[in-house]
Amino acid sequence: MNLDFTDGDRAFRADVRTFLAEALPEDLRRKMIERRHLGKEDIVRWQRILNARGWAVPAWPVEWGGQPWTPTQRYIFQEEMALAHAPEGSPFNVNMIGPIIAKFGTEEQKRRFLPRIANIDDWWCQGFSEPGAGSDLAALKTSAVRDGDDYVLNGQKIWTTQAQHADWMFALVRTANTGKKQQGITFLLLDMKSPGLIIRPIPSIDGISDLNEVFFDDVRVPVANRIGEEGRGWDYAKHLLGHERSGIARIGLSKERLAQLRHLQADLAARGMLTPAEQARLGRKLAEVAVELRALELTQLRVVAADAAGGGQAAAGAASILKIKGTELQQRMTELALELAGPAGLAVPGHDHDDHSGGERDRDDPDGWRPAAPLFYFTMRKVSIFGGSNEIQKNIIAKTMLGL
Amino acid sequence: MDFDLTDEQRLLSETLGRFVADRYDFHERPKKMAEGRGYSKAVWDQLAELGVLGLPFAEQDGGFGGGGVETLLVMEALGKGLMVEPYFGAILLAGGALRLAGSPAQKGARLEGIIAGQYLMALAHAEPDGLRHTVDQLRTTAMADGDGWRLTGVKTAVIAGDSADELIVSAATPAGVTLFLVDPQADGVTIVGHPGYDGIRVADVRLHGVAVPANAVLGGLGGGAPILTRLFEEATAALVAEAVGIMADTLNITVDYLKTRSQFGVAIGSFQALQHRAVDMMMQVELARSMAILAALALDMPDEERRLNIAAAKAKVGQAARFVGQQAVQLHGAIGLTLEYKIGHAFKRLTAIDAWLGDADHHLDVIAEAGGLPAIA
Repeated sequence: MNLDFTDGDRAFRADVRTFLAEALPEDLRRKMIERRHLGKEDIVRWQRILNARGWAVPAWPVEWGGQPWTPTQRYIFQEEMALAHAPEGSPFNVNMIGPIIAKFGTEEQKRRFLPRIANIDDWWCQGFSEPGAGSDLAALKTSAVRDGDDYVLNGQKIWTTQAQHADWMFALVRTANTGKKQQGITFLLLDMKSPGLIIRPIPSIDGISDLNEVFFDDVRVPVANRIGEEGRGWDYAKHLLGHERSGIARIGLSKERLAQLRHLQADLAARGMLTPAEQARLGRKLAEVAVELRALELTQLRVVAADAAGGGQAAAGAASILKIKGTELQQRMTELALELAGPAGLAVPGHDHDDHSGGERDRDDPDGWRPAAPLFYFTMRKVSIFGGSNEIQKNIIAKTMLGL
Repeated sequence: MDFDLTDEQRLLSETLGRFVADRYDFHERPKKMAEGRGYSKAVWDQLAELGVLGLPFAEQDGGFGGGGVETLLVMEALGKGLMVEPYFGAILLAGGALRLAGSPAQKGARLEGIIAGQYLMALAHAEPDGLRHTVDQLRTTAMADGDGWRLTGVKTAVIAGDSADELIVSAATPAGVTLFLVDPQADGVTIVGHPGYDGIRVADVRLHGVAVPANAVLGGLGGGAPILTRLFEEATAALVAEAVGIMADTLNITVDYLKTRSQFGVAIGSFQALQHRAVDMMMQVELARSMAILAALALDMPDEERRLNIAAAKAKVGQAARFVGQQAVQLHGAIGLTLEYKIGHAFKRLTAIDAWLGDADHHLDVIAEAGGLPAIA
């Protein structure tokens, strides 16, 4: 047993670090440090810089722009991205629809969509949840009825993140009501400009309107835009769960955030803004977070090492806890930032204008992070809800790992 | 980065796992505790035969030169069996002090017997009237007396103190904390043994002007604190491994119980409230396992990284052990409170492990004081 990265991995880390130091635009870096909301143009700009380097979609198949990286290298890449304050890119494009099309799409679908997905020439959103189908996703009702070479869609999706930016949606729709409810589900790709498609934003507690309802009123989707076979959409969607285990716990992100909390604490203490009791209490809380993060880091490394060794089921127990513990830790850190901001974080300039943290501010303002801290706290409540709530994760672990 | 065991390590783990499973039935435990010394001499002899007692000692001293990972495997296995034999106290603590600090003559006179299971040593360090976890602020004193020393003070929680052939006593001297080899039969030594709540026998040791010769000093005059610091780092890594063995076993027993205990006409494991609690336990076991591995590997890190990573491991495992122990009792209900069932005993040993060598709060303070943890790898 040892914790040492190989010389090759260390050289790889140095390459990534050098590239990020040169390539990441300073204004984006600042926005990330201040936890400000990134606009579509920010994410697209960064994704194209990465794409030009060939690193936009490293986990994809090599023929479609992926990199032949080991699980360890993928872990290092993600960690370095986070430590450099680089944005993550669109998860819907990079982590979801890209891999689905690459795995289950036709050659024509791959040629048509994949290069545009990698470069975010098309912005994608995910049409899964419905008013009556959240944790019980297979209860979804949006119907798709075959009519010639088209499906005709009627129904509604909800909690559709960034639908307002999207050019395309990948959606699960119901094509049959017989048999098990999972069996009548089909996976479709649909153009957001289709007639009959209406988007309604849902303002959320973090001051952003990234959540939406999407209504379908006789929306026509060509059969050519179906992934795989009719009725097998559930199987394709399941593929999104847990096939990439090297980055689930978001270790790099949490490291960067903990470092920032320490920095902020020291800054406030130096400026006489914390009582000795507050300093001691915060120091203790940060120590607890550091310990949890170290335990999670080691757990993630065990999983990465198992995957690097072609592990399959190895470290399955460790892998299963990464999402829950990772999200809990991210949320815990937003609580501490909130605490550090104090009453000065209450006023949110620009909050009325759908801007996460108040438009342009003085670049050198040492307290520029404060208005964003509460909003970041509110926004990060989502991480234990989306992609299968932590309670659903526990149901899955109880069944698959403990046999309950 | 590699978390695999070598073939030798795997063999060690399997051998001990089998030994504990086949030869260390939980229901035999009370009989072992009732033996005069509070543990089974027969089991101790078997551990000697297996080479386990010699594992941490250098090959030139007749041992096997085992390191952090080997000790982790041993302690995990012994933890699964909730063994009452004083491997931790006699081999890792007292034996470790001798290994780290003993002169060739001091080792030569003792190690063969220790490794063979024929000579037992005990470390008398903790004090009932002093700080709970310290290496350099002791109430027990050693005063120069001619060529030798006179020791006065009270020590507590001395594992196997009432069956030890020899004690290692820490005491304050004008030159700093010093370790002394003390004959338990010497005039002025009073030893009273008690069963520990965790089943491991401990003793209170009173020293009343106990005379020891100059060559009883272990590791140099005033050299005690750094020796104890290093010793406790190694021992802490071992303790957290033991806790992981117990926690993993406790989780298995609890999950089995959830599958077999029926109420309201169904297995209680079908209830979501209990499923989630079991998953919470499993998560803590996995995190604790990660930290036990870190602690074992940290023993070879530079000073500050070693110190803080091991503190982090003890803090995390202390919290996890409390959680897993409490939940295991709760999920079992009343049976978890009884002495006839393993869970209650596991809970008690997990509780004791947190109290040893600095509890979770102590180690969190250490990390807070250092301003966080250094990066690994």
